[in-house]
Amino acid sequence: MEFSIQANALSKKYGAKYAVDNLTLEIKQGELFALLGVNGAGKTTTIKMLSGLTLPTGGDALLLGDSIVSDAIHAKANNGVSPQETAIARNLSVLENLALMARIYGASAKNAAQQAQEMAEQLGLTEVAKAKAKTLSGGMQRRLSIGMALISNPKILFLDEPTLGLDVIARRELWSVVRRLKGQVTILLTTHYLEEVEALSDRAGVMAKGKLVAIGTVPELIAQTGAKNFEDAFIVLATETEAIA
Amino acid sequence: MNAMTAFSGRNTKEMLRDPLNLAFGLGFPVILLLLLTAIQRNIPVDLFQLEQLTPGIAIFGLSFIALFSATLISKDRTTSFLMRLFASPMRSSDYILGYTMPLLPMALVQVLFCYVVAGLLGMRLTLNVLLATLVSLPAAAFFIGIGLLCGSALTDKQVGGICGALLTNLSAWLSGTWFDLDLVGGVFKKIAYALPFAHAVDAGRAALNGDYASIMPHLWWVIGYAVAMLIAAVLVFRAKMQRDNL
Repeated sequence: MEFSIQANALSKKYGAKYAVDNLTLEIKQGELFALLGVNGAGKTTTIKMLSGLTLPTGGDALLLGDSIVSDAIHAKANNGVSPQETAIARNLSVLENLALMARIYGASAKNAAQQAQEMAEQLGLTEVAKAKAKTLSGGMQRRLSIGMALISNPKILFLDEPTLGLDVIARRELWSVVRRLKGQVTILLTTHYLEEVEALSDRAGVMAKGKLVAIGTVPELIAQTGAKNFEDAFIVLATETEAIA
Repeated sequence: MNAMTAFSGRNTKEMLRDPLNLAFGLGFPVILLLLLTAIQRNIPVDLFQLEQLTPGIAIFGLSFIALFSATLISKDRTTSFLMRLFASPMRSSDYILGYTMPLLPMALVQVLFCYVVAGLLGMRLTLNVLLATLVSLPAAAFFIGIGLLCGSALTDKQVGGICGALLTNLSAWLSGTWFDLDLVGGVFKKIAYALPFAHAVDAGRAALNGDYASIMPHLWWVIGYAVAMLIAAVLVFRAKMQRDNL
């Protein structure tokens, strides 16, 4: 199968207002796709729908062929999600947090412990492996949060503003973690940091007022707008109101 | 099952590793028991005899179980931890059982601990203590239901107010532990016996004192409230799961 994510006319309406309006999008296996937009553009709602946290009011999406509407449990089984806020069990240690998620996705207690150890090593968390999560720095907590999304070996990973609030060093460390995943895991990333998109993404989509208004590689998006750089291109695109065909 | 067991284990650890939970769950009821026993020694009051007092303190202590569980669930909601789990293939039964199962043994240990302390203070420890502990199970289920309901519907700050202040006071005043409800009588007594707290305490007292025939008439009230509260809690929790915002 070529595409991991296929959204078809995906919509979410709150009252009379569309948070996401008729989103059609295909993301290839192993691709890192960045979803951009100003606050309220519909990025997080899109991730929430795709990751099974909220049901669409229209359309559907297939994750590795499983519908998020009619077969949500199977669609969820291959996903990892790192929510916008750090989502960890505060009184559990790093290893316990990782093992917990492994077990929730079906690993036995023994395998979960082993996977947790390996994940802690991969993410540079071995020194704090036995420390309670609440005692970690913000950067370490975010790294753990992403580790918890990765421990189940997901085929699709949703990262909702993973570097929000992190200092430059912590952000760069997370970038290197994400880079290592490229090609192996399909990643849908939302972010406000344009340099993050330039550094990490294979393609990017820009959302405005719930609609997908542009899609392409960073150079393609710059060329499309005739702007000097990506930031200028983003400003032009983020104020668009016409969805792409 | 694996997911539920793992989640249940996590919830046990979260609650037991919070020193405030231990202080309030075990420490506070014991302090009350010591204090009121000391008063009883200086100014004898029938109500504060250990055989009368301990079942009341045990039920009062269970109100903290509601506070612990509600705080845990509301914090899980507000910190996005629950959002992460909702994106996993866990089913609603995994959450509900995962949150409630660790609380039942905790509640039983808490009640038993109260009776053991009462034994150290001079109460005769008989097999009726075990019966009184078992009789407290429906009350434990009722408080667990309140915890699940409040945790699903309220923020952690609201939980502090509702479960921490209101519920503990309600269960104290309306249980007949601190003062004899006959002394107040009237509407107050009617309200107290329309709610489960006084019935839970009376059932515990009947069990402890070997008045077996008096257990069930009181316990049915508590069982009814526990079932209604658990059903309401499960419905609200499931509705929250399906809503857009946790």
